[in-house]
Amino acid sequence: MFVFLVRRIVGSIPVIFGVALVVFVLFNIVGGDPALQMVGKHATAQQIADIRREYGLDQPLFVQFFNYLKEILTFEFGRSYATRQKISDMILNGIGPSLSLAVPAFLVTTVLAVSIGLVVSYFRGKLIDRATVLLCVVGISIPSLGYILFGQYILAYKMNLFPISGFDYSWSGRIEYLVLPAIVWILLSVGYDVRFYRTALLEETSQDYVRTARAKGLSEPRIFFKHVLKNSMVPIVTNVILEIPLLILGAFLLESFFGIPGIGSITIDAIHNSDLPVIKAMATMTSLLYIFGNIMTDVVYTLVDPRVKLK
Amino acid sequence: MESNEVLLSVRNLVKRFPIKGGILNREISSVKAVSDVSFDIRRGETLGLVGESGCGKSTLGRSILRLIEPTSGQVFFKGKDITKIGASEMRALRRQMQIIFQDPYASLNPRMTVEQILGEPLDIHGLVKSKEERRKRITKLLDLVGLRREAISRYPHEFSGGQRQRICIARALAVEPEFIVCDEPVSALDVSIQAQIVNLMQDLQKELGLTYLFIAHDLKVVEHISNRVAVMYLGKMVELADSEELYQNPRHPYTKALLSAIPLPDPDYHKERIILRGDVPSPINPPSGCYFHPRCPKVQENCKTVWPTLSKAPSNSPEPHLGACFYMD
Repeated sequence: MFVFLVRRIVGSIPVIFGVALVVFVLFNIVGGDPALQMVGKHATAQQIADIRREYGLDQPLFVQFFNYLKEILTFEFGRSYATRQKISDMILNGIGPSLSLAVPAFLVTTVLAVSIGLVVSYFRGKLIDRATVLLCVVGISIPSLGYILFGQYILAYKMNLFPISGFDYSWSGRIEYLVLPAIVWILLSVGYDVRFYRTALLEETSQDYVRTARAKGLSEPRIFFKHVLKNSMVPIVTNVILEIPLLILGAFLLESFFGIPGIGSITIDAIHNSDLPVIKAMATMTSLLYIFGNIMTDVVYTLVDPRVKLK
Repeated sequence: MESNEVLLSVRNLVKRFPIKGGILNREISSVKAVSDVSFDIRRGETLGLVGESGCGKSTLGRSILRLIEPTSGQVFFKGKDITKIGASEMRALRRQMQIIFQDPYASLNPRMTVEQILGEPLDIHGLVKSKEERRKRITKLLDLVGLRREAISRYPHEFSGGQRQRICIARALAVEPEFIVCDEPVSALDVSIQAQIVNLMQDLQKELGLTYLFIAHDLKVVEHISNRVAVMYLGKMVELADSEELYQNPRHPYTKALLSAIPLPDPDYHKERIILRGDVPSPINPPSGCYFHPRCPKVQENCKTVWPTLSKAPSNSPEPHLGACFYMD
């Protein structure tokens, strides 16, 4: 297991390098002159020269790329152009609020979606199944802004059940401010997840070994819980694990609308301010988390499926 | 070994798969997979069932065990109509009626070890009282089908196709059944392995007094293992006779054509092959009269309107030779 992990991490170095190259090319070459992007239209030649010097943009491209690689390795992305804060501090400060929304919301969504998926796939084709699928499609079809505005206008403003937006670092404050965005998060994602888990479970029920189980004389509940559920764990666990690292990134729209100072808000603000160093740091972090998530998924595969061996 | 006691008898079995469509999802048509099939299987015999792909052999085999609910007709097992009994009684009866599936790769749960696969039927039918007894029964089963005892803790993917089919056979035998439907048990296997599995099944039959319904499309395999052979075409049974008699003396034009297609391992032997014209008609919309009439070399006017029932054909064999044709010379 340890050898496998080391090998996977070493193996992901070229991937990280490739990702870094792509991000670098996108930000420093394809996107136009980064200095002009940051200072805006009305800057003087002196301001542009200053910013070039500060962010090392006056150096040759390969030196800039080398510096960027060093930033990734040391996790020091320099300072934000807009707020002058160290980016690594901004990220560290943002993770707390992001996770305090994402973790509970994600847990509730997953438990809810797997449970509903189990019930409807057990009663596949029956009224409860069809009604749930229809409800999921309706739920998915409503845009996220619809949920946010409904929550803020009806539940918070009209009915006064929750604060409209804001954040407080105390535990009671977190609960007070995060319940509404968490509900919106759950409503937003539960439809997708139910459909995903239902499909994963139904795919297993059509396998040949299920017919074998029936021929053995097993009762339907036993077939479902002993055979089908165990085998559908692979796609279910993969889906869950792959989402976990991304929770750190927060929810862009939700954090932004509900005034939660998490990674999502920081990113959205950076985009508004053309704060290139911050955007670049976020893009890099997202890619790294994806790579990490994939390694995690491979490890978990071997735990739930005897056919997969770590090699 | 073979007795005259009828173990299983099938009467007028019909299976139609509805095709739904339209806005209201109503049944607009149906696939007539098995149409009005009747036959008996005696204790200790092997009844071979042959026919082309899609002629309803597997559907028939599974309908007998109610793994697919038959649309109508009766199945009597030891004189009891099992199409009328409830789900829990049927589950208990599965102890006596088992099935071996065609694909040994897909029909074993990949997440269960051999011990779990073979032990589960023992547990649910309450056949073992203790863990030691369970383990003993499982090792005995592995010996019986010629697998090493170390196999007990392995997963299906660690075995070859032939070994997996041995696991499938052991699984079917675990509950000590009297009747086994063998649904193309060797079709998915390499030819060199096929003989091993067929011989194993014959040995087990002698040793345990099993009764087989052996479904296959390989005519040579069926001839080798069966006492009697039934031929199906488009969901209907067209001929049923003693194995030797059927292969020597086929009466139905379809059987004749089918048998003429058997390749012989002799390069100098040239026999006349009967080439059928056209394709097998769709089971959604089968022809009128005799289902075989559009392709039959001997077709007459009455074949197009009336279905010939299975009736005795002239033969010298002590076993009745049944055929569904008006013109069995």
